Amino acid sequence: MHPLYERLKHLFPLDEVTEQRPDLLFVTLPREHLRSLLLHLRDIEGFSHLVLLTAVDWIEEGQFQLTYLLHNRPKAQDIGVRIKLARDSATMESIHTLWPTAATYQRELREMFGIDFPGSPGVEEDFILEGWIDLPPYRRDFDTKKFSDENYNHRPGRETHDPAEYMKQQLYPNGL
Amino acid sequence: MSFDWMKIVYALLTLFIVVNYGMIITAIFQKIGARIGRRYGIPVWQNYADLIKNYGLRSSITHGTMFYLGPVFRLTGGVGLLLFIPVIYGSEIFSNFSFAGDLILILYFVFFGTLGMALGAAESGHPYSAIGITRGLSQVTASELPFALAVFAIALQYQTLSVTEIVAAQQGGYLNWTLFTNPLAVMAAMLSFLGSMMRPPFDVVLAPQEIPIGPPTEYHSSYLALMQTNRMIFPIAKIAVYVCLFFGGAVSWPIFFLKVFLIYFVSVFVGVVFPRFRVEQSIRWFLIWGVPIGILAILVA
Amino acid sequence: MQSKDFSKAELQKRTVTGPDGVEFEVDPMRDYFCEAPPTVMPPAYIKIVEDLFNWARAESIWILGFGTGCGAIEMRPLMTPRFDAYRYGIQWRPTPRQANLFVISGYLSVKTLKRAIRSYEQMQNPKYVVGLGSCTINGGMYWDSYNTIKRLDDYLPVDLYITGCMPRPEALLQGFMDLKKVIRAGNAEGANRYAENFAWYKANQKQIIHDWDMPEYSW
Repeated sequence: MHPLYERLKHLFPLDEVTEQRPDLLFVTLPREHLRSLLLHLRDIEGFSHLVLLTAVDWIEEGQFQLTYLLHNRPKAQDIGVRIKLARDSATMESIHTLWPTAATYQRELREMFGIDFPGSPGVEEDFILEGWIDLPPYRRDFDTKKFSDENYNHRPGRETHDPAEYMKQQLYPNGL
Repeated sequence: MSFDWMKIVYALLTLFIVVNYGMIITAIFQKIGARIGRRYGIPVWQNYADLIKNYGLRSSITHGTMFYLGPVFRLTGGVGLLLFIPVIYGSEIFSNFSFAGDLILILYFVFFGTLGMALGAAESGHPYSAIGITRGLSQVTASELPFALAVFAIALQYQTLSVTEIVAAQQGGYLNWTLFTNPLAVMAAMLSFLGSMMRPPFDVVLAPQEIPIGPPTEYHSSYLALMQTNRMIFPIAKIAVYVCLFFGGAVSWPIFFLKVFLIYFVSVFVGVVFPRFRVEQSIRWFLIWGVPIGILAILVA
Repeated sequence: MQSKDFSKAELQKRTVTGPDGVEFEVDPMRDYFCEAPPTVMPPAYIKIVEDLFNWARAESIWILGFGTGCGAIEMRPLMTPRFDAYRYGIQWRPTPRQANLFVISGYLSVKTLKRAIRSYEQMQNPKYVVGLGSCTINGGMYWDSYNTIKRLDDYLPVDLYITGCMPRPEALLQGFMDLKKVIRAGNAEGANRYAENFAWYKANQKQIIHDWDMPEYSW
């Protein structure tokens, strides 16, 4: 097993682990241990760089998954920390005190997924969308096509082809 | 003292010739710059099209009185400079309003346009204008120093403040030119010349890429066209000063055109070879290289 | 749909104490901006002068250096030696005040549309709009996107579309040549169309820009 995992598993209640590559490990743990794990990784294991913070919408399980990807520069090693959140009225503790850059990611997640991070600086402000009135657009229950049809004027006369079928007809009109 | 009214007509004629010459020569130099960059370059008549287009725009907005006056002052700087130079030495028609103390007036007019521009652009309230003005004033002030020193040096040398007399003293063979009788002053003045032509390496004031266009950010239609007109006149007028003071003056238009072209070419040549200076670099450059030579020129004289 | 309050603090009426201690009320939208709608400015001169101006307008097209989408990348080669648009009198200006042509280069998100409208309105009459790429025509590959407009001509008066995804620089040059013909014939009156149908354009714009926090017309 991965040596990093060997060191961590005695300290934290890690649920599920994926060794993607020798230098990339994903661990999952309950959300209340996130902060202590991140602190441990940052200060003791040397993962000093927050690469990204992103979310996945598992709508079938009613959960959001947050992934905190950290990087250890001297060892050229990455670790992804995953936590699961309940999907409705999702709220997560902010980690902007560990990495100030996290505030930007959290602002984006609030706007695009509707996950709230109370206390994160500027989290209430618009990030990319201005004047957004519908569901957060990255949620999977948001129907992009429907929203587009309802809100924007479309120019009539647009045709859609299946590329494979269309090219087959173009190239071999008499059949193969 | 009677005033010859025909002088006004003659002065307008000079202005007309210089504007057209300026339009064409500027386009030619832009074309030369383009060719060095392996581009084809703009057509020769491009400046006319731009100018007519800008005068022909239907709407224009203003930010206040000084916004109007900015381009007017700027143009006054160019035209005023031109009108007090004896453009063609010895010609009754083209010696304009040259008089006994005009050297001082010329020094003033060189600076006048920039000051007017500062007032007008400040009124437009655009932050980029303010940045451009700050850069422009500091750079013009720095580049003016060597020029002023050189002018004082040759005023001492010829013991006169009249441009006509300075030109007269340089007649009779090119060895009589200030270029050869007082090379230090000419050197200082030419360094200053590079700075005042608004070409690289000293074009950070306009800086088309970094701060959008500098002082004239808010200027458009006729205002901009006025300033464009000035950009055609001013370099030629400025070079005309140099021709008169340092390069023996011109006795006919072809000689004038040739000398202006060659002197202009110096700045273009430097411009295409060297990259752009930052403002503090260019000020330091003027203070380190230009000013000592100017002081030396005064001491020698 | 939820209803949200988009009012911005800096645009609210407020009382300000000046440096001399005098208190006065500031209403930013009224005091800092001009409220007048644009007016139609018909060709005002006799035909021969207007023809001269149209020639000059066609020969001196100044493009606003504002890239709205990926199409902006196709404009860069036009400046460089390979295509060199300068030889056709086309150049890029960094400020809308001096520009005549607004090239909407590719997809336009609602957020960018706000900036595009303000930039367009600050340009001086006559002004032209060219839509670049299929995104401006019918949404292109972003036809089902939640945040890009599908028809540019609903929001700005378009003089010319250049098709392709993306159009090559040659196509752009060809488009500019066609625009020149339109201008020279005196048919490029987009600014006047915008002024005539001002209410319609504004209604379309406000239909998708929900947090309208700018003046009705940016002079």
